[in-house]
Amino acid sequence: MMIELKDVTKLYSNENVEFLALKGVTFQVEKGEFVAIMGPSGSGKSTLMHILGALDTPTSGTYRLDGKDVSTMNEHDLADMRSKKIGFVFQSFNLLRRATVLRNVMLPLMYAGVPKEQRKDRAIKALKSAGLDEQYFNHLSNQLSGGQMQRVAIARALVNDPAIILADEPTGNLDTKTGEFVLGTFQRLNDEGHTIILITHERDVAEHAKRILVIRDGQMQKEEVNHQRRIQSAT
Amino acid sequence: MEIQDLFEETYFALSANKVRSSLTMLGIVIGIGSVIAMVAIGSGAQGNIQASIASVGSNLVIVMPGAPRGVGTQVSSGRGNAQTLTQGDADAVTAQVTLAKAVEPELTKRYQIRATGANTNTQVIGTTSAYTEVRNFQMDQGVFLTDSDISSMGRVAVLGPTTRDDLFGQDASAIGQTIRINNIQFRVIGITKAKGGSGFSNPDDAVYVPISTAQKLLAGTTFVSDIGIEAKDAGSIAAVQQQVTDLLLQRHNIANVAQADFQVLNQADILATASSVTNTFTTLLAAIASISLVVGGIGIMNMMLTTVTERTREIGLRKAIGAQRADISAQFLMEAISLTFIGGIIGVVLGWFISWIGQTFAGLPAQMTASSVGLAFGVSAGIGIVFGYYPARRAARLNPIEALRFE
Repeated sequence: MMIELKDVTKLYSNENVEFLALKGVTFQVEKGEFVAIMGPSGSGKSTLMHILGALDTPTSGTYRLDGKDVSTMNEHDLADMRSKKIGFVFQSFNLLRRATVLRNVMLPLMYAGVPKEQRKDRAIKALKSAGLDEQYFNHLSNQLSGGQMQRVAIARALVNDPAIILADEPTGNLDTKTGEFVLGTFQRLNDEGHTIILITHERDVAEHAKRILVIRDGQMQKEEVNHQRRIQSAT
Repeated sequence: MEIQDLFEETYFALSANKVRSSLTMLGIVIGIGSVIAMVAIGSGAQGNIQASIASVGSNLVIVMPGAPRGVGTQVSSGRGNAQTLTQGDADAVTAQVTLAKAVEPELTKRYQIRATGANTNTQVIGTTSAYTEVRNFQMDQGVFLTDSDISSMGRVAVLGPTTRDDLFGQDASAIGQTIRINNIQFRVIGITKAKGGSGFSNPDDAVYVPISTAQKLLAGTTFVSDIGIEAKDAGSIAAVQQQVTDLLLQRHNIANVAQADFQVLNQADILATASSVTNTFTTLLAAIASISLVVGGIGIMNMMLTTVTERTREIGLRKAIGAQRADISAQFLMEAISLTFIGGIIGVVLGWFISWIGQTFAGLPAQMTASSVGLAFGVSAGIGIVFGYYPARRAARLNPIEALRFE
């Protein structure tokens, strides 16, 4: 089992307000799955994404990622998990401005301690998987279009061969057509064996996944197996 | 994260904002530059003073008359004014102070000196042949006074180069010419080599005559104005001082050292006094210059804090993709240290340039010491650590979730 969540809760509290963002979430994701977590804003899906991404730990319950219990890890080990097991794709791309495409993609390898001489080859391989044309590899990231930037971000998520790719509203800043291309890329990567978790509030986007988990008010509401998933051929 | 990665990240970050980086660096450049220049000028002045004191003579002990004091009174006049040292004292010192290598009594007075068509007013030093040895003099032309000149009360004179220039013209040949001191004719037999120096006791602006002649023909007295003694070596200076003091106390019938009517100084004392004065002076200059260094350091901190705020999202991203706290803080600390270190290098060059200008155009002697350069590098890197630490820590402690949301 790649991901195992059991009764995960998350309580945010400050001086006088307590807010239970997750009220006992349990689900599993197997290796090679493509799961969408769907819910409106305020449903707790961002909190869930932070826990899945090892950016935060649950208040109670357990979270196992690739056989390791993440829920009790300290900050150092969490960073280590993020470095080795998780690839993030964000809504706003979060590329380093003024840095070349290659440099952006090589960045996670630097923190993972991959020897310098291997980094470029691996970055080129990841960029090709993400479907970015070779002529852009040495462009600065802020010279690219939104769709190209998101491909660079996908390549960056892929480059260290993570256990899961965690995409948080990856099409939120893209027009519909470009968004479809990006989702198609995820489908292709999933076909190649990558485990992908897609977090979104749009049903149209969620329907690209094989399985949809609906979250509302901090609880899993229902689970749908998406038999007629929308297929977008990646070009 | 490899060390080379750290350098690349630093280069990348600093070159992304060249104007801001260089303006921030300028604070450190000016700070280090002024410290280097001030210390160089300070130690240059110190070196200059020490050299001119050393040029007076090595292992030198000087006996000077003390304050004259009337019989039965406690009223003192100024030091050095008394006529308490006599030719007899000088002879006794010569004969009895065993650790002295050479002894020369002097009688110094200012006179108007005339030569054909020119005249000047300068010090006339009556002395003996030991003078060149004790006072570290060399001859440029001719010879110095000899023992027979002293015993025969010869009317011969040796001129300092400045006096020669004043009386006979620049670099003119003066040997064998006649000068008049107090209307008494003297024959010029030698010119001393220039020693450099200035002020009241410029050794280049003087006329040297036999002490016997000076006492009897010019001043009409048997007193001497001071006695210069060269100790055998640096280690015996203190012993010579003691011997001279004991001998003169005995000769002057004084029981208590505190009542002595003379004083015995050595060059090390004079040197130490001068050194402590210039040291204070150098420290003061460096302290003032350090203030600009601190201001530069605060500039670094200010820029680093701004950078951390501006790059909050970037920090969030770096943490999300696996950067540890240590990676983030190393990165920002390295940026601060690089700024101060490069600033330090440029500052050293600037400081060298300022002291060169001071030396070339304003005549300030400057001496760059390796220790001040090393200190400057250490201090500049230290400032980077001190003022970069807080911003770096702040960056490292950012919560990745909040940092990624930061607008």
